[in-house]
Parts: sequence; structure tokens; C-alpha cells
Amino acid sequence: MGSNYSTLSKIPNVDDLMQETGFTPAHIVRLYDRFNALDKDKKGHLSPQDFESIKELAMNPIGDRIIGAFFTPGQEVVDFHSFVRILAHFRPVDKNRPRDPNTPEPVNSRTSKLRFAFQLYDQDKDGKISRAELLQVLRSMMEMQVTEEQLESIADRTIQEADLDGDSTISFDEFRKSLEKVNIDHKMSSRFLR
Amino acid sequence: MSRLVFFTQTYSSMPCRALPRMAAGLNSVSERGLLLLLVMMFLASTVLPIGAASSPEMTTRNVKGGHDLHQEPHGSGHHNYTKKAFPVLSLDYSHVRIPFEISLWVLLASLMKLGFHLIPRLSSIVPESCLLIVVGLLVGGLIKVVGEDPPVLDSQLFFLCLLPPIILDAGYFLPIRPFTENVGTILMFAVVGTLWNAFFVGGLLYAVCQIEGTNLANVDLLACLLFGSIISAVDPVAVLAVFEEIHINELLHILVFGESLLNDAVTVVLYHLFEEYAGVGSVSVADVCLGVISFLVVALGGILVGTIYGVLAAFTSRFTSHTRVIEPLFVFVYSYMAYLSAEVFHLSGIMALIACGAVMRPYVEANISHKSHTTIKYFLKMWSSVSETLIFIFLGVSTVAGPHSWDWTFVTVTVILCLVARVLGVVGLTYIINKFRIVKLTTKDQFIVAYGGLRGAIAFSLGYLLDRVQFPKRDLFLTAIITVIFFTVFVQGMTIRPLVDLLAVKKKQETKRSINEEIHTQFLDHLLTGIEDICGHYGHHHWKDKLNRFNKKYVKKCLIAGERSKEPQLIAFYHKMEMKQAIELVESGGGVKLPSAVPSTVSMQNIQPKKSPPPAYERALPQISQGREEEIRNILRTNLQKTRQRLRSYNRHTLVA
Repeated sequence: MGSNYSTLSKIPNVDDLMQETGFTPAHIVRLYDRFNALDKDKKGHLSPQDFESIKELAMNPIGDRIIGAFFTPGQEVVDFHSFVRILAHFRPVDKNRPRDPNTPEPVNSRTSKLRFAFQLYDQDKDGKISRAELLQVLRSMMEMQVTEEQLESIADRTIQEADLDGDSTISFDEFRKSLEKVNIDHKMSSRFLR
Repeated sequence: MSRLVFFTQTYSSMPCRALPRMAAGLNSVSERGLLLLLVMMFLASTVLPIGAASSPEMTTRNVKGGHDLHQEPHGSGHHNYTKKAFPVLSLDYSHVRIPFEISLWVLLASLMKLGFHLIPRLSSIVPESCLLIVVGLLVGGLIKVVGEDPPVLDSQLFFLCLLPPIILDAGYFLPIRPFTENVGTILMFAVVGTLWNAFFVGGLLYAVCQIEGTNLANVDLLACLLFGSIISAVDPVAVLAVFEEIHINELLHILVFGESLLNDAVTVVLYHLFEEYAGVGSVSVADVCLGVISFLVVALGGILVGTIYGVLAAFTSRFTSHTRVIEPLFVFVYSYMAYLSAEVFHLSGIMALIACGAVMRPYVEANISHKSHTTIKYFLKMWSSVSETLIFIFLGVSTVAGPHSWDWTFVTVTVILCLVARVLGVVGLTYIINKFRIVKLTTKDQFIVAYGGLRGAIAFSLGYLLDRVQFPKRDLFLTAIITVIFFTVFVQGMTIRPLVDLLAVKKKQETKRSINEEIHTQFLDHLLTGIEDICGHYGHHHWKDKLNRFNKKYVKKCLIAGERSKEPQLIAFYHKMEMKQAIELVESGGGVKLPSAVPSTVSMQNIQPKKSPPPAYERALPQISQGREEEIRNILRTNLQKTRQRLRSYNRHTLVA
């Protein structure tokens, strides 16, 4: 425990971070160790190359999108706070949270998780998933084993199913509605980050 | 007591699909009454030959003996020259006796199933298993009244013929995703829960037996523990029979059902352990350690045997493209061999069968023809249905037949202890399990899991196998087992449906998966795997992803023939959806405007119009011409050979995917 406290004291604004994300001190320490392990040049922040060096991530079909999600547009590096804030999305949901309309939505609620996933689809950040964006996702997931024609019909079918207002794109609400039967709490939570 | 051999070529029952049509046809009360009367008369007429045939006074011959009898008249005819009149019509029942009896029993079981569905009110209140036991009681009573000895459920017959079809059906159609997501919970309930039940019931029963006043003092500890281990296992047949009818949500279904399947290993080890040492009278620490090792061997060995046979079956199916007709046979025979091979080494046959079915299914389904797939599905459902019916009827008959030794104290204490042990076990284990689960189990869930712990024919058969000399209290045990089975099946089975409604437990979701869900869940799987890699944590998603990669790279290439080894899951899913929609289109008489170009390619995409409105809207639509419809039918026919069905939900009584 002693080493924990000494590590915690090295991180600036650690109390605000814990308040905001809901992580326990033990978790923050673990994530800090991981952050330092990834930061090979000991710069104090992570660049895209550090993420790319994780070899399993390189094999992931949407690996580059995930890496992109850590970097806010315009920024070239990720500091520890942003790192933890993004990972906080994947904490399991607190079922016993009091529903207070005044406090902002916590980072690991169902809606926030869905919004994070939505942003991974929506690369140009216009708030809608267009047909082209969907095609890109399908192409990267299928790993070039299907014809373009098949991909296009799947994309068309997907949009047709989900699109309720008829604008041939999927908005966030339509996205959320199409996933209402899926247990997002289970699917988008990592036990490691409890 | 006659030994019956299961005769697999008796196709005496109509598939369940025909039932609604038939019931609809018999609208008037008089017609229904007439059919019921016919069934009853047939019943009465079949019981008498069975009773007469099963009596021990008749010479119990097996088929070989029958042949001998057949040869004799010929032989004597040669040497004996007195001329008799040529027999125009003669009666020789003895040489067809065994197949005849088997067919009669199977026919009886199937007619009973038919009969229940004709009385709709009854089948909605009382679960089928209860009705079948009652029928068994009636038949047993009838046989006894006639004066013959009713047959008892032979353990050999049960374990080798009646149980495997049900387990194979369950294993082949096991919903893999919910099972693997909850495998930790299921194992906890199956292993720790069953151990707790066995020791709690056995130990306390022994304590009760030692109390003054009951004349049970000579029941020793090991016999009680053996009894406890027999009675503590949740029975898959009973659980399936009851849970299938209440359509409970997927999680609870897989928890109780998975537990009933996986506790077989524990039951086997405990049973053999206590049976071995009950004669000696004491169990040392070394024996306990050996027991633990034995458990691991039994469980893992069973799974290994099943996997080997499953891989063999998948590999064989790769080469069956020229002999499509015998494809289903490979599935059945390999699975049955897996079961028997496991039984040779006293490994867990049930786990072998489940492993075999679950392992071979994705590869076999990619290789075999559409018709073979349908054949396998129908045969498995038919066999398991008939088996289940026969098991329950035989339970009823055995109750009337078996020697009973009733002791109020023992039996009531057993029933109460079973209930208490189950409740305590579930509550205690859930408390521990919830610390590790992301989606916790609520009190309602715990109640259903505890209430769904039904005992059934496996307990009875294990009890029946006990040696009468070694266990003088065998009859007492059997009576207690039967009472517990009756209690759980009747009381718990009948009341679970209203309780589920009362507690508003979530029911099974009937709607099918949309393509959006499929795409997004795959996407989220990749996302979570990526996040876990970033955290440096090798969790659930990481290993699942690794397994999928290994599967795609090596295993699929070996076990799936031709081009299909490279087809991604999403494409198969998409094709299936398109096929369904096209079939609905044709069945509704055609109503959507098709593009004017004649579809020249065989792919389904061209049939679907590019900008059709959502199917929820109703509008007046033009009819398509006869020629257009013919084109669609041709395309459907050719495409039906190529697509594969993926069963999503598993239901006994309707064979809908």
C-alpha cells in the first residue's frame, strides 16, 4: 500500500481524476503503470507510435480507429488524464447510481458508452453515420473476403433497417434504438476496470 | 423382467408440425371424443399383450433363443413322419416378441403425446411430464390389475438407449454464446452446488436416522452419503421438459440447464466413490484426494473424448459431397460412439456427448446439404421427444411395479432436506458469484434457479443400480427417490409457470436478430478486444479473439470443404436474412414492385429493390405477374441449396429456426 500512495502522489490532480471517472486508487495506479510501460521514451505522454507498438492492436480490424479515439482532433499526444478518461467509458455500470438530473451523466453510463462507439463509426464527426462511413467499417471488418457488391447490399440493408427518419444516414438516436435489445452494460464493460 | 432393446427404425409418431393442422380439422366435439375413445381402446388392447408378454411365466428368450425354437419344428419335422395338416394360419408370437413390445411402447408414448395436444386447456395448466407420469401410473396399474408384473425402467436401457438422444439434441443445439458467457457461474452451481447438496442431505439424513424412535439406526453414514449424492443432481431431462414450456429468458434457462448437464461428472465420481467404499465402511483422506483427481479426469476426459469424435465427424463430413444421403448418419453414429467410448472408461458420457455435438456443429453445418441439415434436426427432435415421453411413462410404471418400503420419517425428511439444501446452496453461491459477475443475479433469478432444480429419471436409475445385498435399505432409498422426483416434477413443475408470471420474470425475447445488431455487436467485440489490449489485460475478449483467429486460420481450413471455409459469419447471416425475406415475399403472393430488369445473376441482391420503404408500412401493392413469380421461385430453389440455416433458439415443440 505504501508504494501505491507514493505513486499516486506523483500524478497531478489525482483526486479530481478519481472523482470524475469513478476509478479507485488501485486502478489509477495500475493504469499509471501501464501508461508508463507504453511510454517507452519516457516523454510523459503517448504518441500514436506508442499505441501502434502494441502488436495485438495492429491485428485488430478497427485498431486504427480505436487509437484515433484517444487523440482529440488537433492534438498529437495523449496525457495520462485523457488516457484514463477514455478508458473510464469501459467501467461497468453502477446500477445503484441515484438518478439525479442535476449531476452530469457519468462517463460509464449506457448512453456515454454508446456515444463513444458511435463516434468510432462517425469519423467526420457530423453526428450521422453515412453510407460511405458504414462501408468503410464493413470493409475493414470483413478483411477483404467479400465482393464490393455484397458489401454495398449489406450496407444498404443496414441503413434501411435502422433509418427511421428517411435521410439515408444513421443518427445517434437511430443507432441507440437499433441496439436497444443488446445488453450494452455487459458488452461494453471490461472486468479489469471495475 | 423383460429386457427391452431400443428399436430405432420405428417411425411411429408424426412430427409436431402436423399437430395444429390435425387439431384444426377435428373441430367438433364429437370427432374429438371419438378419437379419444379410439386412443383409449387401443391403449386397452395394447396393454393386455404387453402384460401377458412381460410376465415372467412366459419363457424369457432373447432373439437367439427365438431362432432355436424356430429351428426345432423343422428339425423334428424331418425325423418325425406322422403327417399333420398343413397349417394355413399359425400364431408364433415368441419370435417377434421383443421388437413387437418395443414398437407398442413407442406407439403408446406417441399416441399419448397426440392425445394431450387435443385437450388444449389441460396442456396449458399441467406440464407434459406430469401427464406422462400419470399415464405411466395408469398403465402400470392396468398391468397389475390384469395380474402380470409391470416392467421396471431398466437402467441399462435407460443409460444406453433413452438418455443419449435427449443429451445429443441438447448438445447439438446448445446456444454457445450464452453458455460460454456464463460458464463460470454454471460450473460453480454444477460442481460446488451439487457437492454441497450431496453432503448436506447425506449428513443430516444420517443424523436424523441416529435419533431414537425411528427404526433406521442401521443406515450407516456412507450409505446415506451415497443416497445424498444420487438425489442431489439436477436432472436435465426433467429441466428440459418443464423449462421448454415456460419460455423463460435465455440467461436463466442456460444457467439451470447448463448446471443439469455439467453436474453429471460430479454425480458419477461421488456415486462410484461412495459405492466403492460403502462396503469397506470408511473413507480415508487419500481416498478423498483420489476422488478429486478422479473428478478432473472424468470431466476433462469426457470432454476430450467428445471433442475428438466431434473433430472426426467434422472431418468426415468434408468428404460427403457425393454421398449426401448418409450424412446425418455420421453425425448420429459418431456422437453415440463418443458417448459409449466415454462410458467404457467410466468417464462422463453426458459431457462427451455435449462436447461432441457442440464442437462438430459449426463445421458439419457448413459442409452438409440443406436437406441433410433438416433431416438431422428432425431426427434429433423426434428421437429426443420420444425418449423423453418413454422415460416419464416408464417412471410411472416403475412406481407401480417396484418393491416399496415406505418410512414416513425418512421420506419426508429427505424431501424437506432437498428443498432446504437447494435454496441455501443457490443463495450462498450467488452471493459469491455476484462478486465476479458484471451482470448480477437478482433475487428473482435466484428463486427461479433454486425452484428449477428438478430431479428425474437419472436419480431413479442410479438408485436402481444399487446392489441389493450391499445396500439392504435399497428399497427404502428407491421409494424416497421416487417421492422426491414426484414432488419436484408435480409440485414444482406445475407451479413454476404461474410463479414465473406472478414474479414477472423476463421471458424469452421472440424477435429475431437484425443485421444492425449483428454488425454492431461484432464491432463492439473488436472494440473491447482493442481496449483490453491497450490496458494490457488478457481478459475474456482477448482469449475469444485469439480462439476465433485460430479457428479461422487453421481449423476451418481443415474441416470445411471448399470455398465455404473462407466465408465470414456476417455474410452467412446476411444471406439467411435475405432468403427469409424472399420466401415471405413469395408466400404473401408477391406485393413489392420489382425492378424491371430481369435478374440474370443468381445472387439475391438483385431481387431486393434499392429504395423500398420499411416493411412495417402497409400499402396497396400491385400483384406481380406469373412469369416474375416463376423467376423468383427458380432463384429461390437454386439458392436454397447454398445457404445454411443457423439455429438461434432451441425449442422442443416447434422446429422453427
